[in-house]
Parts: sequence; structure tokens; C-alpha cells
Amino acid sequence: MGLLTGIRDSISRAADRLFSAEDPKRIGIYGPPNAGKTTLCNRITRDWTGDAMGPESHIPHETRRARRKENVEIKRNGKSVTIDVVDTPGVTTKVDYEEFLEFDMEEDEAIRRSREATEGVAEAMHWLREDIDGVIYVLDSAKDPITQVNTMLIGIIESRDIPVLIFANKIDLEESSVQRIKNTFPQHETVKLSALEGDNMDEVYDKIAEYFG
Amino acid sequence: MAKATEKTEPSGVRIDLISGDRLDRLASMEKIRLILDGVHEGNIVILERGLSPDEESKLIEVTMSEISPDEFNGIEIESYPRTRTDSGSLLDRLMGRTNEGKLTVIGPANQIETLHKDEQLISALVTQR
Ligand SMILES: Nc1nc2c(ncn2[C@@H]2O[C@H](COP(=O)(O)OP(=O)(O)OP(=O)(O)O)[C@@H](O)[C@H]2O)c(=O)[nH]1
Ligand SMILES: [Mg+2]
Repeated sequence: MGLLTGIRDSISRAADRLFSAEDPKRIGIYGPPNAGKTTLCNRITRDWTGDAMGPESHIPHETRRARRKENVEIKRNGKSVTIDVVDTPGVTTKVDYEEFLEFDMEEDEAIRRSREATEGVAEAMHWLREDIDGVIYVLDSAKDPITQVNTMLIGIIESRDIPVLIFANKIDLEESSVQRIKNTFPQHETVKLSALEGDNMDEVYDKIAEYFG
Repeated sequence: MAKATEKTEPSGVRIDLISGDRLDRLASMEKIRLILDGVHEGNIVILERGLSPDEESKLIEVTMSEISPDEFNGIEIESYPRTRTDSGSLLDRLMGRTNEGKLTVIGPANQIETLHKDEQLISALVTQR
């Protein structure tokens, strides 16, 4: 990025924030594949708008297009915040179509899925650079949070000064460790939940209202 | 890509260590090309001081656009978790100027496998194609 474009970008971003105070903030749901991003989005949109956002699956890269649900109004303690929820494809640095074959997929379908997945990841990165005002970073708390994708993405989000909340998902699983996530990203607030079971959703909505309202 | 050289070249894995000074002189896209061209040839690329967050974001995006079934599966990349530096202005951070550098290893996803990673140690297995 050139010096001037850098300055221009940061000024126009600051101006956008100043002048569009009433426009709902676009909150991107980011994280590695399979963390439960779509499950969370579906829960949020079902709770507050009545309809769902997209298909969930145990097969990675189920979401291969960023999807936006506009004007999701969340009511908290007599106040209400309105956000746009953007469900994004799980970010990775590699996609091997042969992994999909293990899920009983035909080869041509697996190849198509991997093509769409790579486009989807590129799209998610693009959204992050251009169109996102806040991030909910979803992690599977049963897995090791110290991965390159997580550290790179959190670094990218921090460098752009985008507010971020970390969601430690899947606390219903026995191997879940919320503390491990807190230790890895001590500079950010971590909220635990089970998007699947609906555990701790009150705190989830409180924090969303507090951070992005 | 490296197919034609199968017989003539001695077997082994090439490692390119790129100094921070060398990388500093390149534009972002030149850095990304340098890395991905090396990785496409099956090399392991080690950056003395790594990339800025913005460059990492573009590296992911360009890598995705180059993945092709049976030819290129993408990259494995490892560096130490960034220690948060709250110093520096927004502009400094946008320009990557507080990025005091973190050793970064990048290789073809089908040849390099991370065995262990924590804040102080990265252990990886490199195999030949
Ligand atoms: N046990 C448990 N499973 C969950 C939870 N949330 C999601 N899952 C499961 O995890 C799998 C992945 O969920 P998705 O919501 O599709 O994950 P995603 O992050 O959107 O994945 P991609 O779109 O592929 O990036 C599905 O099988 C979900 O049912 C949770 O809180 N607990
Ligand atoms: Mg999804």
C-alpha cells in the first residue's frame, strides 16, 4: 500500500464511521472452517428475525460464499442495536479436494467444492479489507487455538483497528477449553458459548450489544 | 511445474532464506510473487522478518486463486504468534512499520507438515515430492 493510499484509506474509513452512525454496522463472522460460524449466524438470525442464514455441516467449507443478513435488531435491557450479520467462508491457506472424498463425495463434486472454497476464502479476505466494521472470531474450543491462520487473521484484524470479540464455541464438548483460548489471545475479550445447544446466549447478545452497538 | 527436472536434478528439498533487507526493498506484490514462485517449485521459503498483516492477507488471497486440483494445494505457513505491540500510530500499523519481524517459514502444503507449535517452538516435517 502506498503512503497516500494508506492515509486516504484510513481517513475515508474514519469518515465512514463518523457519518454513517445510523447505518447498521457490518459484523463479519470469521474463523477457521468448521468452527460453527454458520450455526452461530443461524441462531442469531433465528432468535431475532425468525429465519435462518445458511446450511451447517460437519464437512469443512460448507459456506463458500459470504452471506449477509441485513438489519438484525438485537434488544438488550430496553435498548436495541441493529447489525448486519455477515457469515463468511472459513479461512485457510490450503485446500485439498481429496479430503472431501473421505466424506463420500464423488471426485467431480469434491473438485467443484474445492474450487468454490478457494474463491470463498479469497472473498472472505476481501470483505475483511473492505467492508467489515466489527468481527466475531469463532473458534472451536475443543481444538488448539494456536494455529497460523488464527494468529494471522487476528493480526490482520488488529492492524486494521476493527473491534473484535472472540467466541469460544462448542463448550458442550468434553475436550473444550475456554482458558486455552483466553491464554492465546489475552488482548481480546473471549465469550464462551455453544451455538449448537444455545448455551450462554444471553452473554453473547450482551457482548454484541456492548461492542458493536 | 518442476516435473521436467525430475531426472536431472539431485533429489532434495531446496531452502531459500530471504533476509529482511532484501524483502524490504520489494513492493508487496513482489514479495508475494517471490514467495509463491518459490513454493510452486517445491522450495521452502524462510523469511527473516516475515510479512505485514496486510501482506499476509494478500498472500492468502493470491494463494487461493492459484490452488488447482492435483497441481497446487496451497501453502503451509508458520511464524511465531505475534506479540502484541500496542505502540505505534494507526498509520504506522497500516504501513506495517511496527511489524518488528517474526521468522516465517512457507512451503507447499503437500510437502510440509507442522508437527508442533507453541509460542517458543515450531517443529515441522518436510518431505520430498
Ligand atoms: N458440539 C457442537 N457442535 C457444533 C457447535 N456449533 C457448531 N457445531 C457443529 O460443527 C459443525 C460445523 O458447523 P458450521 O456452523 O457449519 O461451521 P462453519 O464454521 O460455518 O464451517 P464452514 O462454513 O465450513 O467454514 C457442524 O457439524 C455443527 O453442527 C457447538 O456449539 N457444539
Ligand atoms: Mg459456514
